[in-house]
Amino acid sequence: MTKETANPIMEVKDLFFTYPNAPEPTLKGNNLTIYENKITAMIGPSGCGKSTLLRAMNRIHDLYAGCKYEGEINLRNLKNNKMENTLNLKKENQLIGLRQKVGMIFQKPTPFPMSIYDNVAYGLRLKGIKSKSELDGRVEKALKEAAIWKEAKERLNDSAMGLSGGQQQRLCIARSVALKPEVLLFDEPTSALDPISTGAIEELISELKKDVTVVIVTHNMQQASRLSDYTTFMYLGDIIEFGDTEKIFLNPDEKLTEDYITGRFG
Amino acid sequence: MGGRLFKDFSLVAATLSLFLLVGIFAILFSYAQTSMHEFGFDFLVIDQWEADEDDEGGVFGGFIPIIGTLLSTLIAMVIATPLAMGIAIFLTEIAHDKIIKPFSIAIELLAAIPSIIYGMWGLFYFAPIVQSVFGGNGVGLLTAGIVLAIMIIPFMAAITRDSMNTAPDVLKESAYAMGATKFEVIKDVVMPYSKGGIIGSVILALGRALGETMAVAFLIGSVMSIPDKITDPTTSIPVLLANNFAEAQDLELSSMYYLALILFIVSFALITVAKLYFIGKKK
Ligand SMILES: Nc1ncnc2c1ncn2[C@@H]1O[C@H](COP(=O)(O)OP(=O)(O)OP(=O)(O)O)[C@@H](O)[C@H]1O
Ligand SMILES: [Mg+2]
Repeated sequence: MTKETANPIMEVKDLFFTYPNAPEPTLKGNNLTIYENKITAMIGPSGCGKSTLLRAMNRIHDLYAGCKYEGEINLRNLKNNKMENTLNLKKENQLIGLRQKVGMIFQKPTPFPMSIYDNVAYGLRLKGIKSKSELDGRVEKALKEAAIWKEAKERLNDSAMGLSGGQQQRLCIARSVALKPEVLLFDEPTSALDPISTGAIEELISELKKDVTVVIVTHNMQQASRLSDYTTFMYLGDIIEFGDTEKIFLNPDEKLTEDYITGRFG
Repeated sequence: MGGRLFKDFSLVAATLSLFLLVGIFAILFSYAQTSMHEFGFDFLVIDQWEADEDDEGGVFGGFIPIIGTLLSTLIAMVIATPLAMGIAIFLTEIAHDKIIKPFSIAIELLAAIPSIIYGMWGLFYFAPIVQSVFGGNGVGLLTAGIVLAIMIIPFMAAITRDSMNTAPDVLKESAYAMGATKFEVIKDVVMPYSKGGIIGSVILALGRALGETMAVAFLIGSVMSIPDKITDPTTSIPVLLANNFAEAQDLELSSMYYLALILFIVSFALITVAKLYFIGKKK
């Protein structure tokens, strides 16, 4: 698929976001389009709002009372191809539906205190799938997709806490992939891992984009340039520039972007 | 240097407490000898506690106080455990920030009230309520059990809350990010994560309920009779010991040491079992 045919799946429009009791918004009128089956990287100095924007995309902010949104975050409804504003979702079950479509992987691996199998089956069971054979099949498929089947198949009933950090992170990816999400949000998924595990996760993310749209926050410029199709640069709550990764890294329009990428600040 | 000194000091303290433990056991055991020879294991099933006229001998058995202790503790635990869990869940996962603070302070203050005050309050205020609702004459197993529950709830809730608070936000967030509801996050993530601390708090509360003397002395009725109904008065091990210790001699005194030994063993066994369970789980 060439970039010209890329299809928007998510659109952030004039998004302002304010944390509870914060005097002013952290996100100040962001506009951004996320394209289907592409990898979009978000880069920018610490504290510029990357995680804040990412966490708005699946409304995980809403777990803490008092967060305020203004603007739109539209997600394409794959049934009728219409864009729908996710900020209009109010009820708990609507938010649950959103989070099943827009999954999230965190910086530190977060296996649940249960077996490897149960970790992957967790979201499926929440969705009401009870049949043992269906669960078995989907758990195996997800573990294979997350490239951890080989290491895990002999110890499916062991606690997930016994895996290495890199394996735990792949397990967390498997757990999300099992739900067949449309979009997966990664917040610095490799910054707690060694180079070899990092390589494995990067390879996995490139594989995943066949089936799912990826948004990844990273501090690692090589990672952003190796992995992503598009890159967005944020600074102090603003989106400074968005474009093809190649262009952003080789020939950015904005001086600020260039300074950041060449390591002059940040 | 400092580290070395501290290590030595800890070693001495640990050894001392071990000696103390063994020492207490040995003393109880040796003083209990006369009664052990006289009654053997029948002591556990004899339901009398009567000295002869001449104060020299008599028939002494632990059945009633043992039953009283176990039943009042059971009632207390059955009432306290779910309530304490509920309070802890409310404080960690549900309550709004603004009420968490005052609520938490209140719980810690309640946990610090001396037990004699619970006993007096229970006798003058609570016993009549139990009487009017459940019948009986006010004091008895049920009243003792309920007031014991009220005593251990704050303590249990505070420890459970602290261990639930250790479940990391990002772990909860990842469950929410998979579409879990609040209830599911509590059940599947927070509770399993803090299981060790929760069980620990239950065991400590159990230990406290088993050994509680003052509050129960006011409320259980202190009579040597087998309870037929839950509202009947009876007695418990610590209460019997506290009430009879001053006048007892010879066989009766030895029987009291026997009874104390039983309480000691039961409490110790409970805590050991719990500890072993934790160590097994930690791996
Ligand atoms: N819960 C919160 N309440 C109030 N302010 C917050 C909260 N979380 C983050 N902020 C503030 O919002 C701003 C953006 O934070 P955010 O975590 O999105 O940055 P980031 O770009 O992800 O940084 P990093 O690269 O260090 O992860 C920061 O100034 C931060 O202090
Ligand atoms: Mg961040």
